[in-house]
Amino acid sequence: MKLNKNVNQKNSIFKNWLVILVAILFIILPFIINAYWVDVLFFFGVYALLGLSLNIVLGEVGLFDLGHMGFMAIGAYTTAILNTTFGIPIIILLPVSAISAGAFAWLVCSPIIHLRGDYLCIVTIGMGEIVRLTLNNNPFGITGGSNGVYGIDFPSFGSIFVVDNSTKFYYYIWLIVGLTIIGLVNLQRSRIGRAWNCIREDEIAAESTGIDVRYYKLLAFVLGAGLAGVAGNIYASKLMIVSPESFSFMESCMLFCIVLIGGMGSIPGVLIGAAAISLFPEVFRAFAQYRMLIFGVAMVIMMIFRPGGIWPRKRGAFEFKPLLMKAGEENG
Amino acid sequence: MKIILEQLLNGLTIGSFYALIALGYSMVYGVMKLINFAHGDLFALGSYLGFTLLVSGSAYATVTFGIWGGMIAAMLIAAIGIGIAGTLIERIAYRPIYPAGRLPAVVSALGASIVIQNGIMVIWGPRPQAYSSQVVPSVILNIGGIKITLMQIVVLIISFILMGLLFYIIQKTTFGAAIRACALDRDTAALMGINIETIIFFIFALGPALGGMAGVMVGMYYRKISFTMGWNYGLKAFTATILGGIGNIPGAMIGGLLLGILEMLGSVYISTAYKDVFVFIILILVLIFRPTGLLGEKIAEKV
Amino acid sequence: MAKENNNMETIIRTKQENEGKNKINKVVLQTDKLTKKFGGLIAVNNFDLKVSQGEISSLIGPNGAGKTTVFNVVTGIYKADGGKVLFKGEDLAGKKPHQIIKKGIARTFQNIRLFSNMTCLENVMAGQHCRSKEGTWSSVLQTPGQKKEELEIKKNAENRLKQVGLWKWRDELAKNIAYGNQRMLEIGRALATNPDLLVLDEPSSGLNDKESEDLMDFLKEIIKDNLTILLIEHDMNVVMGISHWVTVMDEGKKIAEGLPEEVYSNPQVIEAYLGKDEEEEE
Repeated sequence: MKLNKNVNQKNSIFKNWLVILVAILFIILPFIINAYWVDVLFFFGVYALLGLSLNIVLGEVGLFDLGHMGFMAIGAYTTAILNTTFGIPIIILLPVSAISAGAFAWLVCSPIIHLRGDYLCIVTIGMGEIVRLTLNNNPFGITGGSNGVYGIDFPSFGSIFVVDNSTKFYYYIWLIVGLTIIGLVNLQRSRIGRAWNCIREDEIAAESTGIDVRYYKLLAFVLGAGLAGVAGNIYASKLMIVSPESFSFMESCMLFCIVLIGGMGSIPGVLIGAAAISLFPEVFRAFAQYRMLIFGVAMVIMMIFRPGGIWPRKRGAFEFKPLLMKAGEENG
Repeated sequence: MKIILEQLLNGLTIGSFYALIALGYSMVYGVMKLINFAHGDLFALGSYLGFTLLVSGSAYATVTFGIWGGMIAAMLIAAIGIGIAGTLIERIAYRPIYPAGRLPAVVSALGASIVIQNGIMVIWGPRPQAYSSQVVPSVILNIGGIKITLMQIVVLIISFILMGLLFYIIQKTTFGAAIRACALDRDTAALMGINIETIIFFIFALGPALGGMAGVMVGMYYRKISFTMGWNYGLKAFTATILGGIGNIPGAMIGGLLLGILEMLGSVYISTAYKDVFVFIILILVLIFRPTGLLGEKIAEKV
Repeated sequence: MAKENNNMETIIRTKQENEGKNKINKVVLQTDKLTKKFGGLIAVNNFDLKVSQGEISSLIGPNGAGKTTVFNVVTGIYKADGGKVLFKGEDLAGKKPHQIIKKGIARTFQNIRLFSNMTCLENVMAGQHCRSKEGTWSSVLQTPGQKKEELEIKKNAENRLKQVGLWKWRDELAKNIAYGNQRMLEIGRALATNPDLLVLDEPSSGLNDKESEDLMDFLKEIIKDNLTILLIEHDMNVVMGISHWVTVMDEGKKIAEGLPEEVYSNPQVIEAYLGKDEEEEE
């Protein structure tokens, strides 16, 4: 047991160092790579944020959500339309997008939250498709149809600081990802995160243990959608244009894969999954038309050899050092 | 009135495609509790296989067997080819993952789907292909003022024969009873002496075979095929499966036909642009009031 | 022979305790003409049940008698088709399970339902959920109040874990511990909700004799802590050993109730368990 504790402590120190190292690496990266790769890493950040947002719904609560891009679309279009029509600054639209996506999730998920597994899955697919098709049809002439909305501003903090180049966008997205990770780790270690996990493990037992299953499922959807809305805002201001095909069913499936490749409910796992999905096609660019083929094969092989994901969440002493007993003390 | 009838016929035709594809989803789901995301792409592969046999190069099947013979031959070959592809995918991409639960299989299925889709793109090229008019008779019949194409009649007849045949196998034969038993409780079915391996082989061969035939028919009906069509049809067929109640064979048929008709009605009475929105809204409404689809059994969770 | 004597002693003692208590004890849980149907099957039929404060009441009956269904209606998992469930005088109709827990009824399941991929400690901490209140934002920001509450939750959970004797396994995943320990963990999780009434569905099933004995001692111990217990049980040793009051159910109806030894010798009960004439059996 004593040995075990030491290992745990070592693990913990190792992990802290790893986090610091990775953080430093991310800070200095733009100085050593060219602008193209900085852009690639920006999109890695967007995928990471989206992966983290889906991880709340799919990873923590175990709800099959294959329409998650729909929430991002709501956020992106909120930003695009309000910015181009009324000239509201992007940075103010960041929380607005989050709230609109969250409110949308609350509205559409309330009546269907009781559905089980695959039935919920198809409803989320349907919801994502409804959003995409509606945007594509230019309702009331505000979404610009399949051309989308263009001419979106850069995020700016007054006139002092404008996020207007790849490097600044890179720091911007990773700052948000970093803050999100801190918030989500805190959530994981709170009664909210526990309640989510309980629902994932056994819905009936969770309800019978005093957890309001309906409320916590909805909460997960709303928070996940809100984060996806934030990602939509940043994405829209970076590309300066949003169009419906960016939010296809295929993209939602990719998000699903990010969470599962990394490991359900594991935050480092999501980062790895996002890296795999966003960097793989870039690294294999040389293979031209074969790269997606290779990508598909890699997904299958990956699941055969690591069905639990690359970095699954570990539970145990690590997270919960005992309060009542001192280390080494044992009691049956 | 005539327009409505014509549209209903159109809807029924599209619906029968959806139903044929939906059967594949439903059978696999019933026994394996797995959404075979690659199924839509197998359907597309069937379409391309038919294209190769009937059109590209020397139009081998048409030349050898004539227009109708070639059509039948192409469908049969597509059925066999896609059936084999289906079982291969099960062996390679799904079987090793069963012990790990359902979700990894979803990723693997998506991977398989991407492989097939891009495989089609690599082999047949990224641009859409067309079934040429020489191999598909374009005769328009006028029955009591209602216009109907010969192709439509052919599609409807073949689809209903196939569905009837499958319905008979599943509902009336011992083998069908074995499949239904597996769908209810695989472990108990195995204890009763049912060979699960055979059942799995059968559903992964038969479902895609039906999809492959639907693929050839879609090619002949719409002429134009593209390598991404599997996703669109697959998504619709999956919707149909859920609408009817997943795992339920008659449900998949009814769901598919209903979806086709709804789609047509939506495009006539609402707008073509919003027909899919209409379909998904109907689906969501159905699920709100009947959480397990139209024919799905109410699942009473044992506590 | 010695064992029988022992049993007799227990029974007499319970009887005396009961007679003493009956006058002062009030009814905690009461079902009034409770009815539950599944399709055409009437699983529970005009069923009346009374559970007195501070006692261990048992609900017994042959398989399929509707005992678990009664539990599921009481804890809100099923909706009653008729009749009422009163807890401390309050009608529980239309309350969801998590609301009922908050009112003070905690339960365990016949087939253990733990949060398998969470640690034992986390399982018990989950029980504290309904007794804590910090929300999403305070958790995201880890406010001092949230940290304090979290610490409180953990301390309580650790105490509960010690109480059920699973301290050793606190960091082990629930699915990895032995079956008997899983049973105790489920009880620990239920106790962590600070219930007034603990509803146990066949707690001794799958336990060996030693474990059953330990369980009985444990239950006798915890009711001293102002707790009431209602249990479904098949093991007659357990029922006779610890119950203050026994209700017998068959085919959805109450066929007898009384002190353990009364019920034990009731011809109707014996009939329900062993069947009577062959003609009437189907």
